[in-house]
Amino acid sequence: MSCERGCTGEMRYDYTELDKTLAYYGGTDGSLITVLQKAQDIYGYLPREVIEYISAGLKLKSAKVYGVATFYTQFRFNPVGKYLILLCMGTACHVNGAKTIEEAIIEELGISDGETTEDGLFTLSNVACLGCCSLSPVMMINQDTYGTLTADKVKEILDGLRAAA
Amino acid sequence: MRILVGQGSCGNAAGANKVFDVLVSAFLENDIKAELLSTGCIGACYLEPIVEIIADNGDKCTYVRVTAEDAAQIVEKHIVGGNIIPELLMPDEDVKALESQTKIALRNCGIINPENIDEYIANGGYLAAKKSITELSQDEVIKIIEISGLRGRGGAGFPTYFKWNAAKNSPGAIKYMVCNADEGDPGAFMDRAVLEGDPHSVLEGMLIGGYSMGATEGIIYVRAEYPLAIWRLEIAIEQAREKGYLGQNIFGTNYSFDIRIKAGAGAFVCGEETALIASLEGERGMPRLRPPYPAVKGYWGRPTNINNVETFANVPWIVANGGEAFAAMGAVSSKGTKVFALTGKIKKGGLVEIPMGYTLREIIFDIGGGIKEDREFKAVQMGGPSGGCIPKSLIDTPVTYEDIPATGAIVGSGGMVVMDDTTCMVDMARFFLDFTEKESCGKCSYCRVGTKRMLEILNRIVNGDGRDGDIELLEELADKISAGSLCALGQTAPNPVRTTLRHFRNEYEDHIHNKKCTAKSCRALLTYSIDEEMCKYCTLCLRACPSGAITGAARELHVIDQEKCIACGRCFTACKFDAVLVE
Ligand SMILES: Cc1cc2nc3c(=O)[nH]c(=O)nc-3n(C[C@H](O)[C@H](O)[C@H](O)COP(=O)(O)O)c2cc1C
Ligand code: FES
Repeated sequence: MSCERGCTGEMRYDYTELDKTLAYYGGTDGSLITVLQKAQDIYGYLPREVIEYISAGLKLKSAKVYGVATFYTQFRFNPVGKYLILLCMGTACHVNGAKTIEEAIIEELGISDGETTEDGLFTLSNVACLGCCSLSPVMMINQDTYGTLTADKVKEILDGLRAAA
Repeated sequence: MRILVGQGSCGNAAGANKVFDVLVSAFLENDIKAELLSTGCIGACYLEPIVEIIADNGDKCTYVRVTAEDAAQIVEKHIVGGNIIPELLMPDEDVKALESQTKIALRNCGIINPENIDEYIANGGYLAAKKSITELSQDEVIKIIEISGLRGRGGAGFPTYFKWNAAKNSPGAIKYMVCNADEGDPGAFMDRAVLEGDPHSVLEGMLIGGYSMGATEGIIYVRAEYPLAIWRLEIAIEQAREKGYLGQNIFGTNYSFDIRIKAGAGAFVCGEETALIASLEGERGMPRLRPPYPAVKGYWGRPTNINNVETFANVPWIVANGGEAFAAMGAVSSKGTKVFALTGKIKKGGLVEIPMGYTLREIIFDIGGGIKEDREFKAVQMGGPSGGCIPKSLIDTPVTYEDIPATGAIVGSGGMVVMDDTTCMVDMARFFLDFTEKESCGKCSYCRVGTKRMLEILNRIVNGDGRDGDIELLEELADKISAGSLCALGQTAPNPVRTTLRHFRNEYEDHIHNKKCTAKSCRALLTYSIDEEMCKYCTLCLRACPSGAITGAARELHVIDQEKCIACGRCFTACKFDAVLVE
């Protein structure tokens, strides 16, 4: 199978983990979303080849798998940076100035929602509510949540991560 | 001695995990023999991180806004030295505000270690489930819930007993009990606090409900943004299985029931029950027409009951204390307590649980401490994207399932976002339409296209390009979208526009006709200038300006070039002498 990017269908991905997942969930109806989540855990995103592999493994049309994957915001089709910034755009954060925080990130990293920095360090993703509304504005980077943000604080946090990377 | 550190997501975001680490290493270093545990959120999020020390005689000290340095001090002076540190204690007024609440759904949050089932059991946990399953009939359990007057806490406020009864009477050997933990309303986090702070109360509630309707399996649908909640639920389910509270032949009876978790994948519409079921089945989360209701045809076409997290958390308490005890609290047809998430421009943001029927004023001012920086209260948003903004003139409205809808808003799941005079109501309406437009699943044209059209008009208005007739167009679209949508997402999507038009029509008119935003929030309508009298020529604004729009130098008047100004407001924030004017 070849794709428009010209890959020849050689196995570029290691499917060992995914095979285990497919073996485990393959027989259970309705587990497509769970399989996609596990696949994203393994590869960091859902490459085209992996989606094709899953549809073959679950005996589903790839259009069906794409249909489900594109419906949910959690699924990504491009690689993400080392640090995934989930910036809250929920109501409480909006009222407390999430826009200013977004501008600070754009200014500092030069990326906007859905983009990744050229060095592959940061990806920005806007989300609605991280459930820490009383500390708004809030963002989450990988597993850590940062609250009561200001433009300066954001720059400090990003600088710190960049230095540590 | 017991030392509790509040480690909900909010506590950790405020630095509780660092505090915990300091305590752990200090304990190891000094060989301290005390019980150190991490617990859930007590609701006073504005005071996080919180460290509570309970002496062997039961005396309690609550330290607030604890930093890593404070934690070291607490070990040295209090835990080792035996001396209380008064300046770190929770202020009396906050203690009173906490004590004035009535905690039922949150009864264990911040008190027990959520990762240890024995603590839940020590506080009476699983007794209600035992009583239900071993002593009461299915109908008797449902009767208790009916007497309690419990209504669903997920938004619609539908009587819980009625749904359980329908699911029970629906024929089928396999039935499902589903917990809706999708908590999609942006600005609400009641369910997160319950799941992180007291997961067993939800499991026990599901078990009791599951028994009453004859469910064979329970499923918790949790949103993916709540990793800590998922983690704690996994532990709780495992421990409940070990104790025999989940699995085969529970309490030695022939009733069997187990629970599993399904992580959501980020789609607001999946909070709607038929969409949730589609998502559970691995499909795109699109709602379908009801009837048939899930009670008749739900997950895999089988009888299914869906309740919200907080609804379930109330159930064990109700069974243990009797339906009458719950019904004794609250208002005429809104019984019991409700948890609210107070956020936005409020001084004491966090969770409060109070009997229903308190007025908005009591909640916002007496419990929430009023508006940040003592600014002017303007409105409170309730019900999220399906709800509305309630203006200051209606602040004495009691919070019940009857009175709040009369204002145009809904009680919803309990999010209360407080707004002050700097919040623009047209922009708020735009914000919610932006949300629903993105989250519409696309099945109904009115919802898919209609919300887009409304959003375009609102964007135009906040950008200063509003036209005559825009308001009427919004009103027309609002009615058509409500009428032409299949699920409540579309039906209620226009509500934020409707309520702001109803209570703040003048702001729309100001934006459209006078190109003015009184809240000074819509940038396209603002002009910045420098007051010659006040300017001290300090160059702070000049250096803060990202677009080089400010000319001048030290000891020279600063001037803003309107052509270059992008109205970002940084000069305004930078100026220490109130010399930047905004119109
Ligand atoms: C668009 C939409 C989103 C919803 N989101 C949630 C949610 O996040 N959590 C929830 O419990 N109920 C949500 N609901 C309500 C559910 O459909 C359902 O009424 C509720 O889970 C029933 O539980 P209850 O009777 O205990 O309230 C939502 C409804 C709609 C229309
Ligand atoms: S609105 Fe941002 S965390 Fe809830």
